[in-house]
Amino acid sequence: MNMRLMLCVILYALPLALFAAGGNLHSYRADVDVSDTKSLQQGARTFVNYCMGCHSAKFMRYNRMGADLGLSDEILKANFMFGTDKTSDLMTIAMSDEDAKQMFGGVAPPDLSVTARYRGADWLTTYFMTFYLDPARPMGVNNLAFKDVGMPHALMELQGAQRAVYKTATDTNGKAVNVIDHLELVAPGTQNQKEYEQTVRDLVNFMVYLGEPVRLKRQQIGIYVITFLFFLLGVVYLMKREYWKDIH
Amino acid sequence: MNSVTKLLGGLLDWIDARYPLTKTWNYHLARYYAPKNFNTWYYTGSLALLIMAIMLLTGIWLSMVYIPTAAEAFASVEFIMRDVEWGWLLRYIHAVGGSAFFIIIYLHMYRGMLYGSYKKPRELVWIVGMLTYFTMMGIGITGYMLPWGQMSYWALQVVISMFGAIPVFGEDLALWLRGDYVVSGVTLTRFYALHACALPLLLLGLVFVHLIALHEVGSNNPDGIEIKANKDANGIPLDGIPFHPYYSVKDLVGFVVFLIIFSAVIFFAPDMYGYFLEGINFAPANPLSTPEHIVPNWYFTAYYAILRAIPDKFIGVCAMGLASVIFIFLPWLDRSPVKSIRYRGWKYRTALIAFTISFVSLSWLGTQLATPVFVWMARFFTLIYFGFFFLMPFYTSTDNDKPVPDRIP
Amino acid sequence: MNNNGIDRNRRRFLTAAATVVGGAGAVVAAVPFVAALNPSAKTKAFGAPVEVDVSDLQPGQRKVVQWRGKPIWILRRDKKVLEDLAAMDSIVSDPKSEEEQQPLYARNEYRSVKSEYLVVIAVCTHLGCVPAYVTADEPHNLGSDWKGGFFCPCHGSFFDLAGRVFKRNPAPSNLIVPPHQYLSDTRILIGDDTGAVS
Repeated sequence: MNMRLMLCVILYALPLALFAAGGNLHSYRADVDVSDTKSLQQGARTFVNYCMGCHSAKFMRYNRMGADLGLSDEILKANFMFGTDKTSDLMTIAMSDEDAKQMFGGVAPPDLSVTARYRGADWLTTYFMTFYLDPARPMGVNNLAFKDVGMPHALMELQGAQRAVYKTATDTNGKAVNVIDHLELVAPGTQNQKEYEQTVRDLVNFMVYLGEPVRLKRQQIGIYVITFLFFLLGVVYLMKREYWKDIH
Repeated sequence: MNSVTKLLGGLLDWIDARYPLTKTWNYHLARYYAPKNFNTWYYTGSLALLIMAIMLLTGIWLSMVYIPTAAEAFASVEFIMRDVEWGWLLRYIHAVGGSAFFIIIYLHMYRGMLYGSYKKPRELVWIVGMLTYFTMMGIGITGYMLPWGQMSYWALQVVISMFGAIPVFGEDLALWLRGDYVVSGVTLTRFYALHACALPLLLLGLVFVHLIALHEVGSNNPDGIEIKANKDANGIPLDGIPFHPYYSVKDLVGFVVFLIIFSAVIFFAPDMYGYFLEGINFAPANPLSTPEHIVPNWYFTAYYAILRAIPDKFIGVCAMGLASVIFIFLPWLDRSPVKSIRYRGWKYRTALIAFTISFVSLSWLGTQLATPVFVWMARFFTLIYFGFFFLMPFYTSTDNDKPVPDRIP
Repeated sequence: MNNNGIDRNRRRFLTAAATVVGGAGAVVAAVPFVAALNPSAKTKAFGAPVEVDVSDLQPGQRKVVQWRGKPIWILRRDKKVLEDLAAMDSIVSDPKSEEEQQPLYARNEYRSVKSEYLVVIAVCTHLGCVPAYVTADEPHNLGSDWKGGFFCPCHGSFFDLAGRVFKRNPAPSNLIVPPHQYLSDTRILIGDDTGAVS
């Protein structure tokens, strides 16, 4: 690694990155609740049907998902598992990385096990909401959260197609530039706006669960642990006070 | 009951004739006389020991399931988080514990600066403590690499490249450290050996020496008064109390309070909003693409900000190194006859406040993108940081210190 | 220090209370450390039941599969072998399979669900070595009355073709028959016998 180059990057290029990353005009807030089992089930359904065609969740086991989401082995096998019938299997896919690279122009679809921890729920929600038609891209779509994304809009049949509406703005150098003002629906999908928002909410909720399956249990255990520690604190504090009566 | 007591007493005599068990207990605990006026800052020493024990224990357990290879490391961490029973808890304790260790150690060091604990006769206690801190930094850096995410990879790439700044043999040294032309699985496996074995052994040894040295000279206190100067007829310091039971029961209270805060983080915010576990580190290491914004762990960001503030590679790396090493020289930079901040004059007080603000500010700046404004701020605070040390001989020798009483008030 | 006015009982009580409560906490805190050493979900997944197709197995032949990492032998026995087994009763130490080395449905003279197929864990009950399968027909030096069986190379234990150990051998008991069931005439599921007729 060329050290000087790297320092240049660190010292000079990062301010530019800040500028590029600025402006949260089109971001959505996620509504995460991993105790909402119904939502998680619905999200899991969307995930296995629409995402797992190309993406794996290779650190997750079907039976773990079943146990956490209240899905029996029979339901898992019938509605959630397509490549295998062993519920203790990991949620992998048949497509090899090499095949996937061919298909998507050099970048294999990443594993989604911990994507929610990497990107965050708000980013994911924005991502799923802001695909828009862009004939210049190989898949015909672009995205406001993920510029020049290589992935097609997998949920387009549900959301429908959106088009970008531009406006003129001036950048910091005083030059006039075309920027996206908002997105508008040009071809409706099978779901209306409200239904699609719910679908996205459930899917993101599920992906947050997928990123850390123990999340709910961890918080429950935490309450017990801290309650116990407060009790212990009372006892040791009384003991300390008793001994320190000696000291004047 | 009586016969059991007798039997145990007999066993203790048998051991004492062969090993100084009672003697050690008395020397370090039951008849170790500590000043009676310890305040909250004095919890940090025993808390550091507690965290070290927690880290050793969880570390040993994690090492049973973690796989230190480039192909398996990332997956094995997720394996620990999902497939190993309670693995998630062990991992979170270890990850949060790393940050907690540094918080406590920084407070511990700051305590020394508040009350002049590095001054004669405790110079060696301080120096060994600083060596312990450097060892911890090594453990922190090598441990940060193990999850093998993007941040692990690129932070290490930058850290090792810093060695390349050394003239003449720098690049060869960096190559030798990596064992490869870039950071790779080779580097990961050797750094794992350092993280899980070599450096913890060194740490344990240093902590042992730190404690032996401390118990030889005795503890300082918030008034900076030597309690050994005033002893009763039996040679017991008049202002001292036996560590056990008085400070052992007091430290227990500190332990539980610490565990409450520690648990709150582990169970409710184990990633501490990206400060303890960074989001980017959930993307597997990719040697072909650097994330937009890489930063070291929060506990190195002050030094990192100093590095970025200086527009020359070699001088920057030197300044960064000096910023951490310079603490060692405090016993000789400080010319004041007074130890504790309570009896110091306005000059040292002002200087310490300025240093505190600059250290905290630099730590924050190091987590931010280096915009021109922030770089200039970092330069300003870097000046204050080094000014605190370099000007210390002058402002401490001319300070209007207050008279120190003979006995603890 | 002042030793007057100290409530010794209160002090003793509080020390005991702190010890008990703190000790209980320490015991609970040990649970994750102990449990973490249990087989992981990954290990359990590897140890999941194994399905074997035995339709291509000829009489006298043996199939080796792995279940929970252990070698499982499926041996197809012909009529002659089954007849010979009765004659072994006086030589083996537990002819009626009285020790619980097999599920109830395999507790019979052939130690199997179907007399034709022996399903057995090929781990010597002495110290865990894998025995060798030596038929009567192949060249061997185990004596002229050897009717075929298993011979453990580690400490010289002999088993007959129902996995029964010979008398006065180092191995204390018969080879273990794993839980298994027939999904069809020739498909065996090893490791899972839920729903099987016992």
